[in-house]
Amino acid sequence: MSDILRLTDVQVRIAGSHILQGIDFTVPEGGVTALLGRNGVGKTTTLKAILGIVPATGNIEFDGHRIDEAPTHRIVRSGVGYVPEDRDVFASLTVEENLRLAEVPGVQPDYATVHDLFPELRDRRKQRAGTLSGGQQQMVALARVLLGPARLLLVDEPTKGLAPKLVAQVGDVLARVAERTTVLLVEQNLPLVRRIADAAVVIDNGRVVHTSDAASLLGDESLVNSLLGVADASRAGTESTSVEHAARHEPPPSMTATSEIGGTG
Amino acid sequence: MTDLAQALTDRAISATGSPRRGRPPAGRILTVLVPLAVLALLIFLPWMGFSIPGVLPGAVNSPGSMQLLALCLVAGGIALSYDILFGRTGLLSFGHALFVGAGAYSAAIALGEWGGGLGLAVLVVIAMGIALPLIVGAVALRVKGIAFAMVTLAFAQAVAITVLRNPAGMTGGEEGLSLNRSQLPAVLSGVVNAPYRYWLALGFCLLCFLVVAWLTAARTGHAWAAVRENEARVEVLGLSSYRAKLTAVVVGGFLGTLGGFVQLIVIGGANPHLLSTEFTLSLLIMVVLGGAGSRWGAIIGGVLYVLLDNRLQELSTSQTIAELPAVLRVPLGQPVFVLGLLFVLVVYFAPGGIAAIGGRVRGWWRRRRQSGVTPT
Amino acid sequence: MSSLILILVTGVGLGALYFLVASGLSLIYGLMHVLNFAHGAFLTAGAYAAWVAAASLSSLGGWSFPAAVLIGMFVGALIGAAVEFFLIRPLYRRHIEQVLVTVGLGLMGVALITGIWGADPQPFPRPAWTTATTTIGGAAIPNDRFLLIGAAAVLLIGLLLLLKYTRLGLIIRAGVENRTMVQALGIDVRRTFTLVFALGGAAAALGGVLGSVYSGSVSPGQGTALLIYAFIVVVIGGFGSIGGTALAALVVGLVQQLANYYLYSGIGDVSVVLLLALVLLVRPGGLTGRTA
Repeated sequence: MSDILRLTDVQVRIAGSHILQGIDFTVPEGGVTALLGRNGVGKTTTLKAILGIVPATGNIEFDGHRIDEAPTHRIVRSGVGYVPEDRDVFASLTVEENLRLAEVPGVQPDYATVHDLFPELRDRRKQRAGTLSGGQQQMVALARVLLGPARLLLVDEPTKGLAPKLVAQVGDVLARVAERTTVLLVEQNLPLVRRIADAAVVIDNGRVVHTSDAASLLGDESLVNSLLGVADASRAGTESTSVEHAARHEPPPSMTATSEIGGTG
Repeated sequence: MTDLAQALTDRAISATGSPRRGRPPAGRILTVLVPLAVLALLIFLPWMGFSIPGVLPGAVNSPGSMQLLALCLVAGGIALSYDILFGRTGLLSFGHALFVGAGAYSAAIALGEWGGGLGLAVLVVIAMGIALPLIVGAVALRVKGIAFAMVTLAFAQAVAITVLRNPAGMTGGEEGLSLNRSQLPAVLSGVVNAPYRYWLALGFCLLCFLVVAWLTAARTGHAWAAVRENEARVEVLGLSSYRAKLTAVVVGGFLGTLGGFVQLIVIGGANPHLLSTEFTLSLLIMVVLGGAGSRWGAIIGGVLYVLLDNRLQELSTSQTIAELPAVLRVPLGQPVFVLGLLFVLVVYFAPGGIAAIGGRVRGWWRRRRQSGVTPT
Repeated sequence: MSSLILILVTGVGLGALYFLVASGLSLIYGLMHVLNFAHGAFLTAGAYAAWVAAASLSSLGGWSFPAAVLIGMFVGALIGAAVEFFLIRPLYRRHIEQVLVTVGLGLMGVALITGIWGADPQPFPRPAWTTATTTIGGAAIPNDRFLLIGAAAVLLIGLLLLLKYTRLGLIIRAGVENRTMVQALGIDVRRTFTLVFALGGAAAALGGVLGSVYSGSVSPGQGTALLIYAFIVVVIGGFGSIGGTALAALVVGLVQQLANYYLYSGIGDVSVVLLLALVLLVRPGGLTGRTA
């Protein structure tokens, strides 16, 4: 199995901060690779560097070709899909328009898979995306990248702020998607990661500090604690601050109210 | 649009370097000695008879040259007053001409229509220079960024339009007002007294420089720089960004109003151009040309702009231009075209302005010394 | 009563003119965050191009005017696209410098036109029917107002259709909201930028030509005054919102005419400016709330 993505000494400086200080890792083709780490270590920045959204130095290879100098749109066209943190759906456009925007001219969009995975989106297609709930917006963000022939999906904290039922649903979608596409997943929800991830890469202070398969990392409680600051991975909660709360043995605050009652965004 | 000035200023400052950090004592003495020497030269200029052909219309102390240099220095001072807002505090204002024009017109009216003396005129200008920026600032600073720029534009346009309509015959409409010299000290009037107007302009420019240097080194200046860099952080640090910005508007506006008064004396009249958007844009060009936010940038930009404008006017009617093919003659015959082109080129290739070029040369020189090529 | 009708129609007509010029500015700033100070130069260049064309095409008789208008718009589009492609695009992500370059270009453009054709206004050959009047409700209204209103209405409808039903419009609407995400969907927004500049240039040129019909002359400075009004309209209406720009243009035109007539001749301009300050102080994001 070859590596679909390879990062070598990737560094990012923003406004004087040396956020990524030399990232090295590879993503094998197929399955889910989880990108883990405490808050603020540079996980999202790594994804943005791969896409060229932030300026970076170093070597980034996708499918054997260097992409570190390429413009964002061309990287995406070559087969990299992006599901950003906070979804970034276009609030003033309808669901249908959000999806249409993601269509690649000349390529038949795969609406069959999208409607199969997210039947709710077909019912809401004329609805303005800004009036959707958080969970529904996440569906749109995921559906967008599944319309085209993406070979690598960069997914950033898709379960942030979602109720447990939706977290499970997102997990199912990602697992199904990973059957035919490689997924690089940034996540704080460790049970989810344990369920669907094959490999794990841990970042700390702008560098990669650990790579292994997911099972052996997450099964080792003391290792998880030292790398991610979590006392017990299996008891981690379902929201973005799950890591801190789990470490303090506090019950996670309920996020269902905000994510389901219509009209967040 | 605070980031508008921020990046320019950062580049200018990093290029010019801070004279207080890491420079050898010899360098530090130079930064004080050289300006003092230049100042001495400028003060004694009216007694010198040398010529700079092509740059000045005659000998340095001829009335024509003195007049031109006076205009240059006033422009330098006014540009510096604009830089307080734009380069130091990151406030993009399209209404600075309002202050300059207000200074010129109010003084002209005080001396002319009201028949007052120099004392009255000075009082009127000072009052105008404090009240007007306070009012404009209080209103405009309620919004930020582009909205702020547009409100300043709105104020300036409103006054410019009103003045052009010549309400109650007070402003002279399109022709403006000429200066009533009867109430001024005789030493400021007449062709032969051009050196005295030159010294007035020099004094004004020096005043602006000293005010800016003093305030920038004080807490006020640090607040300005902080607002320019990151306004949100200023609030977190417990400083009031509104107060810092208002101070910038008032100080810059006051000096601008004063500049209008000096301009009135130097050119002998107030005209609507001083209130126009074109005038504010020319200030923007001066500041960017010279280097926004740097110590000398605005002055250099102002002097250079007026000099170039004047020389290009001369050139446009000269023989050399008339002989050029139309393709070159037409654009070069328009001073604004050449200045605009120069401005665009500076923006593209030297964003820190001329001051930054000086800094780059200094940096190159320092690197040569450090690499041991020349013993220190 | 008849004078009121004339004032109202003239106000709407002026609003139409402001909309023609402001629509491009609104899209350009909304999508690219560039405050295009060269817009006045596009306007003036289009007017002069139409003026030159009308003179050379006088043999076409009644068709010379529409042909001149189209030529003017084409020149405006070309200049807009060229400015974006050669001068703005290389400064991608450097918003500061982009704005400054447009300032410089605006000044250079006006100076160049002054150099070629002189600073004095030249009479613009407007078709006879534009100076003729139509009587409505007892008021004799010059037809140039209807021309302006008609052109603006066509542009407004055209733009709304473009935005709602075409892929380009979809990209523009999405880009105004979040340019980076559009890139992250694999779309090269830079091409859209050039198109938007071309569109803006054409609309500005149309405004310039019709403005010359209204005033009866072309002059190098005609763009500068109109540009300031266009900026005011865009800020009041909210950047990136075509509907907001249209509404603001209408309000500005009406306020200007009504104030001039009912209050004091000449105060119309000042009223507009005060209106801007008022709107901004109450709603910094403009009427439609789109923050600058």
